[in-house]
Amino acid sequence: MSEYIMEVNDLKTHFHTKTGVVKAVDGVNFKVKKGEILGIVGESGCGKSVTSQSIMRLVGSKSSEHVSGEVRYHGEDLLLKTEREMEKIRGKDISMVFQDPMTSLNPAYNVGTQIAEMPEIHEKKPKKAAWKRAVEMLTKVGIPSSEKRAHQYPHQYSGGMRQRGVIAMSLACDPDLIIADEPTTALDVTIQAQVLDLLRKLRDDTGTAIMMITHDLGVVAELCDRVAVMYAGKIVEEGTIEDIFDRPKHPYTKGLLNSVPRPGRRERLQPIEGQPPNLQNLPQGCRFQDRCPFVMDKCLAQQPELLPAESEQHTVACWLEEEGQPDGDRGTRKNRQPEEAL
Amino acid sequence: MSDIWYQFKKNKIALFGLFMTTAFIIAAIVAPLLAPYDPYKMSGAESLAGPSMAHWLGTDQFGRDIWSRIIYGTRISLKVGIISVGISLVVGTLIGVVAAYYGKWVDSVLSRLTDVMFSFPDILLALVIMAILGPSLTNLMIAIGIVYTPIFARIARGAVLTIKNALFIEAAKSMGISNVKIMWKHILPNSLAPLIVQVTLSLAFAILAEAALSFLGLGASPDTPSWGIMLSEGKNWMEQAWWIAVFPGIAITLAVFSFNVMGDGLRDALDPKLKNESS
Repeated sequence: MSEYIMEVNDLKTHFHTKTGVVKAVDGVNFKVKKGEILGIVGESGCGKSVTSQSIMRLVGSKSSEHVSGEVRYHGEDLLLKTEREMEKIRGKDISMVFQDPMTSLNPAYNVGTQIAEMPEIHEKKPKKAAWKRAVEMLTKVGIPSSEKRAHQYPHQYSGGMRQRGVIAMSLACDPDLIIADEPTTALDVTIQAQVLDLLRKLRDDTGTAIMMITHDLGVVAELCDRVAVMYAGKIVEEGTIEDIFDRPKHPYTKGLLNSVPRPGRRERLQPIEGQPPNLQNLPQGCRFQDRCPFVMDKCLAQQPELLPAESEQHTVACWLEEEGQPDGDRGTRKNRQPEEAL
Repeated sequence: MSDIWYQFKKNKIALFGLFMTTAFIIAAIVAPLLAPYDPYKMSGAESLAGPSMAHWLGTDQFGRDIWSRIIYGTRISLKVGIISVGISLVVGTLIGVVAAYYGKWVDSVLSRLTDVMFSFPDILLALVIMAILGPSLTNLMIAIGIVYTPIFARIARGAVLTIKNALFIEAAKSMGISNVKIMWKHILPNSLAPLIVQVTLSLAFAILAEAALSFLGLGASPDTPSWGIMLSEGKNWMEQAWWIAVFPGIAITLAVFSFNVMGDGLRDALDPKLKNESS
């Protein structure tokens, strides 16, 4: 058994629409180790959520949705499973936490019943035992007087509590992997911190791996062990949290880091100029070419591969890696004046 | 739940409807206690007697007590209402939920089918079905049930379509809950409110339809104490004995009115927009 519980190889999710093919995810590769927290960062519309939905096979059932590649979970390709087999995996082995806790619980049932449904379905537990498990889970995620709270309905919960409820549900069957799709985006900052603490604590206690999808670099810095940076349907840089935050290689990663305020730095924020490319009409060559301050001829012609830089775990998809970093050699840039390099 | 009751209570007419509906249901259950005479018992000596202390609402041409027949008629009206609406509720909801949840061609086929049924006038369609099945009370209930099925199918479809894309449905899917379970356990309970309202309104229509079809001689056998049959027979004696037709007519009106106002009140009480205004 390898140390990786999930290996995603060349995952592509294309949507065939009337106006053309939207390449929402276009050849994504990453691996998730047992018990680690992997962050997937990128701006809106870069394919983060579609990646997670493709893994869970929540897209791909319609004829307009084309998912290809491999999603190996403990060596088995999830993309080849039947819907029936997937139902057994979802919620039991891999579960999801969604962005909006306000609408991800069913308003017609009390919270306890919804959580208890998981062990009832997946572990065939009798009702009473499942309910006991639900109350246990609510306690675990830090809901006070959980016995009483389990009988309450979602509308009687606050936003943070609902998200805890959703997390309790996703944990109810001891999954190997939780995919958290922007779980803190809809919460205010103090609650965000609590939910992040909770996720880390649960990881430490249960050894569940977490795939954290977010656009918030603060969340990543707080929580993740490794980070993959996504841009326009591809991963452009992947590495440990130190690699990404201290030694970013890809101009996009650098741009992202520069556009976030950091305590102690009194410089002006530098936003990344321009817009991400249209996923229906991707440029030939590197997808970041239009916005990259270091763009070269090669970038326009050929797409860079995700290759190791410095160390085996730190991979970057950028021609600058071959050509040398822009800090050292500014002669390679063309077309545009670079922003002040890091 | 208490919210709904609070809203409902504010509407006095709806409250009256609820009260009358309850009264009809009780009358149907304890009919033998309320009716002083056997509704089938004929008595030549007392035929066409006007309202009196002995016969509160008079007697018909065979000397049968009108009050007793109306009380027993409640049983038939409610039975027809509940069973026929039950048929349309179950079949219609099934069609609507399946159509909306699976979408695509399933939806197209089922929706067009209900559209076709919708395009016939209610009573005409019921008449055609009765003509095929033959007159009897059971067939009457089946016919009315079929006629009202498309309404339920449409309402269920609409309700499900709005719920289907809610995040909690995707969440349920991501938790490995099967399609069938999602449909019945997660979507349907959230679409019940409009269906409940439609049930109360349809009960009124069903009672009316039963009366109309019985009036035309397509319902139960002529000696059955059904409001429609009584009305139909009473019309022949309007000049000599107005009470034979008038009192069953009042009973039909009252029942239909009660169900209708109750349904209206329920719809208002279940409307989430109104709920927000008051809180």
